[in-house]
Amino acid sequence: MIDFGYTLSKSRTLRIDNLDDSRYKALHKLEPDAYKCIGCGSCTASCSAGVFTELSLRKILLSMQRGDEKQYINQLQACMLCGKCTLVCPRGINTRHLILSMCKIYSIDK
Amino acid sequence: MRERFLIGFDPFVLPFLLGMAFVLIYCIVGLIRVILQLSKADRRKLAISLFKPANAWKNVRDMFLDCLFHVKLWKRNPKLGYMHSSIAFGWFMLIVLGHIETFIFVPKKAGLFYFPIFFRYFMEMDNYSLRGSFFFFAMDFFLLIVLSGIFLAMFKRIRSRFFGMRRTTRLSITDRVGLYSLWAIFPLRWIAEGFTAGIAGGSFMTIPINMLLKNFMSNPENITVAWWLYSIALGTFMFALPFSRYMHIPAEILLIPMKNAGLKVYHPRKGFTLAQIYTCPSCGVCIDACPMSASRQNLKDTTVYLVRQIKRNNARRMNAMTEKCLMCGKCQEVCQINLQSYDIRMRIRERATYNLSLKHDYLDSYKPEISKSKVLYYAGCMSSLTPTTGRSIKKLLDAARINWTQMDEGGGICCGRPLILSGKRADAADLIAKNTEIIESSGASILLVSCAICYRVFKEEYQLNGVRVMHYTEYFNELMEEGRLKVNRGSLRYAYHDPCDLGRGCGIYDEPREALSRVGIIAPAEKERALSVCCGGSVGSLTLDFEARKPITQASVKNMLFSNPDRIVTACPLCLNTFERYSPVKVVDFAEALCDGLEKKED
Repeated sequence: MIDFGYTLSKSRTLRIDNLDDSRYKALHKLEPDAYKCIGCGSCTASCSAGVFTELSLRKILLSMQRGDEKQYINQLQACMLCGKCTLVCPRGINTRHLILSMCKIYSIDK
Repeated sequence: MRERFLIGFDPFVLPFLLGMAFVLIYCIVGLIRVILQLSKADRRKLAISLFKPANAWKNVRDMFLDCLFHVKLWKRNPKLGYMHSSIAFGWFMLIVLGHIETFIFVPKKAGLFYFPIFFRYFMEMDNYSLRGSFFFFAMDFFLLIVLSGIFLAMFKRIRSRFFGMRRTTRLSITDRVGLYSLWAIFPLRWIAEGFTAGIAGGSFMTIPINMLLKNFMSNPENITVAWWLYSIALGTFMFALPFSRYMHIPAEILLIPMKNAGLKVYHPRKGFTLAQIYTCPSCGVCIDACPMSASRQNLKDTTVYLVRQIKRNNARRMNAMTEKCLMCGKCQEVCQINLQSYDIRMRIRERATYNLSLKHDYLDSYKPEISKSKVLYYAGCMSSLTPTTGRSIKKLLDAARINWTQMDEGGGICCGRPLILSGKRADAADLIAKNTEIIESSGASILLVSCAICYRVFKEEYQLNGVRVMHYTEYFNELMEEGRLKVNRGSLRYAYHDPCDLGRGCGIYDEPREALSRVGIIAPAEKERALSVCCGGSVGSLTLDFEARKPITQASVKNMLFSNPDRIVTACPLCLNTFERYSPVKVVDFAEALCDGLEKKED
């Protein structure tokens, strides 16, 4: 296969019976904007820390909706809270508070 | 003058005496608590400053000017100033004159607390003397002054706009008890002294009252009732005082020396902060000043209410109110007691707990290649979203033939201020260290910054050896003064917005205006300089969402449009970004505005 530098994501299924979105709901309680996200990725594209690390707010939020955020949540530690993502967000999400709220909900070791 | 009673005591003085004792004990305990809560270094600092002659003089002067004459309020609004100073100074004079009177006529009673207060009850006039008449007149005169102040205070409850205040504080229950008893004290004193004016004498205020109902007034039983009421009003006020806003009366005497000693806020509730909290008179000047008060739902989150919640130690509300704040610092600017609300809020934010901590160790491997030059330009995160700013700065620097390079081309590190504002000072230290390393190793002598937010943190938190940090408004103004950057003056009218961090934060007001006046005409905003209104985009606020910021920005834009400008100019990429959303006129960056002058020259 030709190497384009990127691939298609593997197909996968989510079983709603196994879905644990309690933290996503908890996040919504702290920052109601959480439900507004359309996953456009503007935040990730403009991210200052994203230049140096894998940090992708879009991925983290999306994985939280699916209840499997554990593999991505630690990316958040790279954030510099500069607020560019807030300015570019087409949905006007208060991303800085979203990130701080995520930090409140999670612990790294879990 | 001679005493009417041998023992010089009557049970009616008890409410006053008990109240007085209560206030004294409360204040002494409070004073000891505040002093003990201070750090050892701070206590030393305070003690030393008390004995420095220059400082001691400043303390005394401030106490007179601030506590008694309310000079700052006079400057703000003379009616408001008169109202407060007439009550404070008038009452002060009544007490002082009462003591002098006692000291002159009955020296052996001079040590009794209550005697000067109820002097007219205990004394009897036997002959006229010039000295006596002077006191009669002076006491009535100051009573009139206080009564006029009380009358204005009552009027202010109905129409605060007459005093230049759109909104006033909603009082708590204890505040109300204090307020109504304070209102009652002086009319009751007037009446009580009117009752005894036939016996103890009086002047233009009290004698007419006595004349009005001669028989009723000279009945000894009625006399005692009037004096009981006066004493009860005093007692009620004293008992309410420690739990109400009137605690500011004794607390300010402590706060002034602490402030003049240069103490710093180190805790959200303790020590210096506690003294400030108790000194807040809940005047509510900060409510109108707060940019958030553009929408009604935010009114209860202004500084005066934060102070109340800190007093009550309501942690949940304290955090919520603090997280909402834009940290623009305007409340501090208008505050009568200079309450350091910015610092107090920072201390509250620094105590927030997070389960997930940030880690910036990935920065260690970041080593940008920067060619050596005199001027190092740091655009900052926000500026990368307003590329016109960068292009304009490039144009100006090249026109002035400056040898420069950009430090963060294609993405650099954040300056650290957003982290500090979020209470994560330790995390910000990593960014500060890395940026310091990059700047110092670049060999530049000037660090040029085009963002007000970055500029403030570079000034306050960075220690850059041999590097001069300059905001681009300062730098370009300097270049123009030196004649290295030449621009032509056009006919456009610019309204310049003072970014919070640049103006109130760093005190830069004149340079941008001077520079702008070389390319166009300055159209003043309604409120500007230290009173400038935050654009509403501030990274200081953590919880205000997009919709909640809208009315704040709209109010700020309206303020800028005061004299119909052609352009709104700002010197901060965040303000630029925020204003652009709702402004009907074109919003340009400071550098872009200067380029208007350049292009005309090239034509």
